[in-house]
Amino acid sequence: MELSFYLVQLLNAIQYGFLLFLVASGLTLLFGIMGIINLAHGSFYMIGAYLAYWLTDVTGNLWLGILLGLPIALLVGYLVERFAISFLYQRDHLYQVLLTFALILIFNELQQILWGTDVHGVAIPAILAGSIPLTENQSYPIYRLFISAVCIALACGMSWVIQKTRLGMMIRAGASNREMVQSLGINVNRLFALVFSLGVALAAFAGMLAAPVDSVYPGMGENVLIISFVVVVIGGTGSIKGAFVGAMLIGLVSTFGKVLLPEMASVMAYALMAVILLWRPQGLFGRAR
Amino acid sequence: MPRITRTLLLLAALLTLVFFPLFGSSFYVGLLTRILILALFAMSLDLLIGYTGLVSFGHAAFFGIGGYALAIAFQDAAVIHLWQALPLSLAAAALAALVVGWISIRTSGIYFIMITLAFAQMFFYFFFESPRYGGDDGIFLFFKPVLMIGSADILHLDSENNFYYFVLGSLVSSYLLLTMILRAPFGKVITAIKANEHRVCALGYAVNRYKLVSFVIAGTLAGLAGFLEGAHSGYINPSYMSWHESGIAIAIVVLGGMGTLYGPIVGAFIIVLLQDFLPSLTDHWQLLFGGIVISVALFYPMVRPACCRDFMRCSEVK
Amino acid sequence: MSEKNETGISRRDFVINGSVATAGLVAASVLGPATFAIGGQAKVKVGILLPYTGTYAKLGTNIRNAMKLRFAEAGNKLGGREIEFVDIDSEAKPAKAQQLTNKLIKKEKVDFLVGPVHSVVGMAMVKMARGDGPITVIPNAGADQLTGVLCAPNVFRTSFSSHQMGYPGGPAMLEDGHKRVVLMYWNYGFGKQVAAAFKKSFLPGGGTIVKEIPTPFPKVDFQAYLTELAALKPDAVYTFYAGGGAVKFVKDFAAAGLKKSIKLYGAGFLTEGLGKAQGDAAEGVRTILHYADTLDNPANHHFRAAFTAATGAHADVYAVQGYDAGELILRGMNAVKGDTGARAEMIRAMETAEIDSPRGKLRFSKSHNPIHDIYLREVVKGVNRVVRVAAKDQDDPATGCSMA
Repeated sequence: MELSFYLVQLLNAIQYGFLLFLVASGLTLLFGIMGIINLAHGSFYMIGAYLAYWLTDVTGNLWLGILLGLPIALLVGYLVERFAISFLYQRDHLYQVLLTFALILIFNELQQILWGTDVHGVAIPAILAGSIPLTENQSYPIYRLFISAVCIALACGMSWVIQKTRLGMMIRAGASNREMVQSLGINVNRLFALVFSLGVALAAFAGMLAAPVDSVYPGMGENVLIISFVVVVIGGTGSIKGAFVGAMLIGLVSTFGKVLLPEMASVMAYALMAVILLWRPQGLFGRAR
Repeated sequence: MPRITRTLLLLAALLTLVFFPLFGSSFYVGLLTRILILALFAMSLDLLIGYTGLVSFGHAAFFGIGGYALAIAFQDAAVIHLWQALPLSLAAAALAALVVGWISIRTSGIYFIMITLAFAQMFFYFFFESPRYGGDDGIFLFFKPVLMIGSADILHLDSENNFYYFVLGSLVSSYLLLTMILRAPFGKVITAIKANEHRVCALGYAVNRYKLVSFVIAGTLAGLAGFLEGAHSGYINPSYMSWHESGIAIAIVVLGGMGTLYGPIVGAFIIVLLQDFLPSLTDHWQLLFGGIVISVALFYPMVRPACCRDFMRCSEVK
Repeated sequence: MSEKNETGISRRDFVINGSVATAGLVAASVLGPATFAIGGQAKVKVGILLPYTGTYAKLGTNIRNAMKLRFAEAGNKLGGREIEFVDIDSEAKPAKAQQLTNKLIKKEKVDFLVGPVHSVVGMAMVKMARGDGPITVIPNAGADQLTGVLCAPNVFRTSFSSHQMGYPGGPAMLEDGHKRVVLMYWNYGFGKQVAAAFKKSFLPGGGTIVKEIPTPFPKVDFQAYLTELAALKPDAVYTFYAGGGAVKFVKDFAAAGLKKSIKLYGAGFLTEGLGKAQGDAAEGVRTILHYADTLDNPANHHFRAAFTAATGAHADVYAVQGYDAGELILRGMNAVKGDTGARAEMIRAMETAEIDSPRGKLRFSKSHNPIHDIYLREVVKGVNRVVRVAAKDQDDPATGCSMA
């Protein structure tokens, strides 16, 4: 295989990494700030994709679909936080695992009831439908490049919010010392509800963006869920930067794993995680505790 | 509840189980066998969650390894000798638990949950993608294990009843073994680790070593359950070690009551019978099942009567 | 105790169960159809083991609905007896197959067993049902073994074997002028069998396999493999993907610009019932299957209209297989006038049945596997149109079957 082959594969790896980052960034916020293990995060990704499919079908436009879908995702996140997650902050992680595990079952059934069991596709908007030639017979879809651009913008935006704004300050403070933030008079309940809803919206947004390339089908969330956990844990919980690096690492390992060591491709991502945790039990950018 | 009442209740339950095959049809004996295997699996997880305070989200891996060791070693064998197959499964599960535990116990909290999950996924994908061990299609076993001395058949697990008693025996001996371990000084230390790890550490105990031993015992017993499941159904595939199974096992432990050895048995009865019964109500039965599990997560520890709670949590170690 | 509530079985029941289990069919055939004291005939029990949740939920639902449609057309009676359905969600989980089949056979004591979709579930199910179990009709699972080494007089299949799915692909692609081909498929039992069957006809016909790329099932990240495919520059690629994977593959393939230089072929599932989801990306994709929506025969016209009227959904190959399963059971029961005890006679009627299926003429081989025409289809304006008959009366070698 020539060099261009590996360069295209590198592009694939980075692109996959960006998609993973989109899902994992929300997850790491919930983890790091709220101390919540959200197994249902993949379900929110799936809900996003189905919302994109449904609303695009109704409005005839993906952008409108995303615009209408995001408030719905925020609302879903808010409701789940108020009526389920918020009871578990003081309790053992065990109950969070159990509750969000059950949420997966419930969201899967609700999806079947609302949207049926068909596989759906979402059309790529006309302006982004083309592709750029890479090698003599392979070209790269512009929409995939667009996803990467959105991810970069989002990563920059998130790090700006977290580093420079008052909300970001509260989030950072909440991540390092929840009791202290509370005693400083900040309404932690509201902060947590906001952060959870945002996390859900991020996952749903990832699903919406990915819908045109990933197609929309039952159980699609579980494919990204576990690998996103790996990303978060490698990067260190609560660290956006960590999630980014972790996503890129996993993107590289799984893409090149498929090409170079196809029989072990899926094992390698988890082995990488074990090695990293052996070396740094708190993840690459996690704070030692 | 006084101790004597509890002992009598347990004995009554045991007697019911012992005499059940005389009255129940073979279908129900088979169903009960499955429940008892699951109960054994959940009981082993309870040693970690309920006693040692280690929330393992990858316990199904050891269950699966127990089954796979049996299937891989004996898939082409004409006779499966129990005295070879059983120790092999236990050893494989124990070894896997030793390696996984050795790495995992360095972490705690969320990280422990995640790293055990990651290891389970690693095993899952290893078997899933390996053409040698059947991949997703799994491995079928065409015979049940037998125990022979010389050429004399001692125990043939071909009959549903024999298998049932073998499983029941495994469960009861595991129960007694764990009771002994928990009454021994070792048991006091691990329950103390769950209550306050730092204090135990300050007292000079090598906390991680205790955790590791507990992890290996739990993994080995999970391997025993996996061996029984593999032998009983004559089939093993990667889905036995999927994270769904680990999640269900946690649900069983919490539902039945953590920190008691018979809680998981009760939990296994409830979960299996629910999974058996709910689908007959509606196609969307997982909605109901999920709702029940959510209620457990939200309300169960709170609404459980205080007397029972005390009894469930403390009487075992007092 | 819970186990007591669940069973409530008396010693007398136990004794009866025991005798049925041992004496089995001998007793049943002597007694004839079970009758109530009042004189009415007992209902005939049809056990259904299909997935209604998970990846294969749509397949399971369509199969069940189409079979019930066929029964409804016949007045909801089998050989004069009312029907009682015992419907179980298989979840397409092989690990659960044994216990669920056990439930249908031992607890519910069904007369007929219909299912499943998943090949490995099928293996577990047939292992238990073959011989003196209920008459079993497989409406989808394709594993060769089901009508091969595991074949039995009481086991029928109305769908296809892996061999029938893959084998006709080779000559079809060679006839289209594609000699250098890459194989891509989901790396699990059925996918591997289809690929092997394809090679069995493609290689002797003069074709070359440039490379085999098995991809992990049921994952759908194809990008890295497509880059590899592009670099290999074959004439064409033969694939096996289904459901969500098929949609993703066809779209990714088109988006990577590969349609211009590499012709995409596949086992029929690649474009079956997925037209709306795949859109333009599927245009020109050629697939090989024993059915096409546009088949011009009266049975197909009737079936498609009736299925849509009954369910509001469009029929697909899975529905056809369910419909034919219903027809096959009807033939058997009508031949013996509802007397499930006349087992040999019923089996004879079923194995000699010639059915005017929506797929065309359908007969059964000695191993009880379908013999039917295989069509080469091409997606034109979102519809699978028949290009030509790829194989007339395609049979299965029934390797290892003692009845063939």
